[in-house]
Amino acid sequence: MSKVRVLVGTRKGAFVLKSDAKRERWDVSGPHFAGWEIYHLKGSPADPNRLYASQSSGWFGQIIQRSDDGAKTWHQPGTPPGEPTTTPEGMPKGESNKFVYDTSPQTGKPLTTHQWYDGTPHPWEFKRVWHLEPSLTDPDTVYAGVEDAALFRSTDGGRTWHELAGLRGHDSGPSWQPGAGGMCLHTILLDPSNPERIFIAISAAGAFRTDDAGRTWQPINGGLHSLYIPNPTAEVGHCVHRIAMHRSRPGVLFMQKHWDVMRSDDAGKSWHEVSGNLPSDFGFPIDVHAHEPETIYVVPIKSDSEHYPPDGKLRVYRSRTGGNEWEALTKGLPQRDCYVNVLRDAMAVDSLDPCGVYFGTTGGQVYASADSGDSWTPIVRDLPSVVSVEVQTLP
Amino acid sequence: MIRVVLPAHLRTLARVDGEVTLHVEGQVTQRSVLDTLEATYPMLRGTIRDHVTQQRRAFVRFFACEEDLSHELPDAPLPDAVARGVEPLLVVGAMAGG
Repeated sequence: MSKVRVLVGTRKGAFVLKSDAKRERWDVSGPHFAGWEIYHLKGSPADPNRLYASQSSGWFGQIIQRSDDGAKTWHQPGTPPGEPTTTPEGMPKGESNKFVYDTSPQTGKPLTTHQWYDGTPHPWEFKRVWHLEPSLTDPDTVYAGVEDAALFRSTDGGRTWHELAGLRGHDSGPSWQPGAGGMCLHTILLDPSNPERIFIAISAAGAFRTDDAGRTWQPINGGLHSLYIPNPTAEVGHCVHRIAMHRSRPGVLFMQKHWDVMRSDDAGKSWHEVSGNLPSDFGFPIDVHAHEPETIYVVPIKSDSEHYPPDGKLRVYRSRTGGNEWEALTKGLPQRDCYVNVLRDAMAVDSLDPCGVYFGTTGGQVYASADSGDSWTPIVRDLPSVVSVEVQTLP
Repeated sequence: MIRVVLPAHLRTLARVDGEVTLHVEGQVTQRSVLDTLEATYPMLRGTIRDHVTQQRRAFVRFFACEEDLSHELPDAPLPDAVARGVEPLLVVGAMAGG
């Protein structure tokens, strides 16, 4: 019988929630990495026992953790447990926590600044890994989206990291500005039909696409309209909160922007709004049903300053038409006095039938629906503030 | 032997309990102690000093013998009591929690 493993990153550690395919009874383990911020953890599609986790702290910086046994044990990939921590020459082994921007003449342009909030030049400073995206085919290859915005890749299981500097080296790089949460690269979508194509999104630069495995990038923000920037239709500068795709249709993208829910049918070349009848088109996560490419989910939030659901009612909205026509999903969710937020990486779907949908809140609840969103049950209610939710469907 | 007291989170990362003791070659300075610490526990690289600039992270401080050594030069000798192993070098995270 299939199983489900939900990976939850919180402000104070990681939690792993496990159930069988019924998704009724859950085993909760954690906190792993207690006391640390876990922005994201995710399993490899090629090897579900291989997991990567981003562990960080304002005090002690960035740590990358890896599990090779499905979250039972973890280690920093540069220093596997039981192995000598130094080379025979006495040098430290492994650089798994080291994220250094590439400014080499060969592969990195000597970019030194982006724009600060006030428009002044500001040096690029690595702060943390927001998102880890394992390769679809190789467990040892994993991408990391970081703040200040850049894309890194490891091809040795997280031991060492190298920047794909062509992104930051795009001509628009010096004009990128941070959003309120920092200038983070938070979304990485790998095209299952084309290994050379990757989509990423940055707050608040916008969405970009590479068609040559990361060497060169183009902004894909045509059709976005953002009233909060000087030129509402600028090529870059949009605060994209999240992008999602269905793996059977990688050319169709859905976007939750700072305001507006958008759709592209041409791999991001052009976008059109599909907010339709949503009570608010502000929000953070967006996701696609595992088996119905036109069924998408969002969680409307009242506004950019009031980060909680409209009317104190926590409602997931589902569109079965790829946008524009939305229905509120409320069964099992609090419908009064609810003022939590759902962050951009805190929603995921499993691939069982019927499709399971999961999301976590800043109030520490992780809700699960085993019927494509028709009804919801909290798996846990009192975790630390949830930053990310990922799901693995296991054989 | 040089004694170093790490904050709890870094003890967890390094998989150690209590004080760390190090054999430091040559003059005992912040740099030589931290170089030895990181060579012995490479998982701590980047957590106390920046990987590249080697500057102390903003929310990390160094104390010993009831003195704040955070702003001493990296190559300045540490107090004799630290060099003799009588007193530990304290690596301290900034206070949090209000």
